Amino acid sequence: MKIVVCMKQTFDTEAKVTLNDKGFIDAAGVTLVVDPYSEFAVEEGIRIKENLGGEVIIVCFGDKEADTAIRQCLAMGADRAILVSGPREDLDSPASVNILTKILEGIEADIILGGFKSVDNGSGQVMIRIAEQMAIPHVNMVVKIELQQDKAVATREIDDGVEMVEVSLPAVFTAQQGLAEPRYPTMRGIMQAKKKEIKYLNSEEFGFTTETINNLTKLKVHGYTLPLARGGGRIIEGAASESIVDLVKALREEAKVL
Amino acid sequence: MDFQLSEEQMMMRQVVRDFATKEVEPGAAERDEKEEFPTAIFQQMAEMGLTGITWPEAYGGAGADYLSYIIAVEELSKVDASVGVTLSVQISLASFPIFAFGTEEQKQKYLVPLAEGTKIGAFGLTEASAGSDAGSLKTTATLDGDHYILNGNKIFITNGGEADIYVVFTATDRRAGYKGISAFIVEKDTEGFTFGKKEAKLGIRSSSTMELIFENCRVPKENLLGKVGEGFKIALATLDGGRIGIAAQALGIAQGALDKAVEYAKQRVQFGKPICDFQGIQFKIADMATKIEAARLLTYQAASLKDHGLPYGQASAMAKLYASDTAMEVTIEAVQIFGGYGYIREYPVERMMRDAKITQIYEGTNEIQRIVIASNILKDK
Repeated sequence: MKIVVCMKQTFDTEAKVTLNDKGFIDAAGVTLVVDPYSEFAVEEGIRIKENLGGEVIIVCFGDKEADTAIRQCLAMGADRAILVSGPREDLDSPASVNILTKILEGIEADIILGGFKSVDNGSGQVMIRIAEQMAIPHVNMVVKIELQQDKAVATREIDDGVEMVEVSLPAVFTAQQGLAEPRYPTMRGIMQAKKKEIKYLNSEEFGFTTETINNLTKLKVHGYTLPLARGGGRIIEGAASESIVDLVKALREEAKVL
Repeated sequence: MDFQLSEEQMMMRQVVRDFATKEVEPGAAERDEKEEFPTAIFQQMAEMGLTGITWPEAYGGAGADYLSYIIAVEELSKVDASVGVTLSVQISLASFPIFAFGTEEQKQKYLVPLAEGTKIGAFGLTEASAGSDAGSLKTTATLDGDHYILNGNKIFITNGGEADIYVVFTATDRRAGYKGISAFIVEKDTEGFTFGKKEAKLGIRSSSTMELIFENCRVPKENLLGKVGEGFKIALATLDGGRIGIAAQALGIAQGALDKAVEYAKQRVQFGKPICDFQGIQFKIADMATKIEAARLLTYQAASLKDHGLPYGQASAMAKLYASDTAMEVTIEAVQIFGGYGYIREYPVERMMRDAKITQIYEGTNEIQRIVIASNILKDK
């Protein structure tokens, strides 16, 4: 069974994010990790391999720094990896989607896994757009996958419960928390990870120069602001009939939400 | 001189750190309070391959270098020194002598389960009247047909009672002094091998420290480790490496205490400011951090010398001496920075201070370390 996991490297969720003077995120000194949702997908991919045999291939769109994240996935038990570098977009994902699709079509995977979103910008669209471009089914926010010959039954979270969806393979499944608790890499796994193959590619090899990407991008980020620091709460004293007047006044004139 | 860790070493550190923070730290205070051996954690460490990290894959190990193991002990000891020493004894004291001096059969029978963590190991050298003067040990082993008969008592044995495999040092020839000492591998549940009391200690309370009692204990002669009369050499060679493990434990204790003290100093407000704004506290933190960094360099250097096959006896003694003294000094200052709260058991630094003391004593007291260092320096003169 050929299992491909699309993995993204993101900021550590505990990291303190600051902005540089241009109003964009200052990545200097921030710890980079395997995105938690990608990690669930990697773990699920390795478990499928352990049960049914096959190969787990990590595909990542990122810079050379993503090497560390890839090695961690290899240490967990993935077999090999492909790292594509190129200009990254912020929210709109034409380059990531098109490049990843091209690579996946070349691999002919049986199952494609990925996080349903990533913790940095949370746009949650890459995996689904890949499925659409490949004209294969996708099941989003999956907490369980049961594989049968040429098809799968995936359990996904919906607002008021769960839904079980049967799809033919190949298909894309995006991981939600609860799909698979990621294992700690073993010491032996860490030692073996350095012997496993990482193929390095460049987006220009796929015809994606910075200019092409700019032309394809439909959303442009102009800048970021940090949320305001949380102030303390304020208790409005008095009987309800009077304090309600003060409350409405404060909501209208101070918080400006009415 | 390259002070950079390799990619594997950095990954190993991160993995063990994550494990220590999520799985080891939460229960550390309770295990200390109840003097409860970390059985579940030991099993998790076995699954991760930590219990055999330095041994070749052929013996169930991970094939990593000694420095990687040292880093693992450091990271574990930052949150729980008892877990750190449990692993250190497993690898440095119980497994090493079998790896270095054992026959192939002994390695298959004993080293593999120790590496895989399916069995726990211990090292039985110390006796009531033989501590620093280990050569004067009195436990005897007498050959009788296909067995040796062991008689005597060992005290203060770490992992005692929990371990399945014991490397025990005996006098096979009392008249030959330290040249008459031989080592044996003794399995738990061997007839004539029982345990005495479990010691109630000042610190590392969840590490098990017990007395071993041998009364006409029959050990198969295949369990002789190394040659007759080679035991003292085996013990000293083992302790040379074990010392680096203790240096790593002490280093971890010190770093853990500093981390907690810094976190506290940033939050604790007195006289309208966090106390980390006061130079008095800043100077303490600077001194603690500098000593820890020096201890780290000595410890890593000793491990690196061992990995490169170079003599490391002096380096390991220096590392153990300095790191343990640093752990004691840093933990005392950490309690001081916490003020009254540092004295309260609900806060972790008092446990770290209690844990630090033993690192100045076991696996060769710091006085013995000084003798080792001086004799290395003076021997050529």
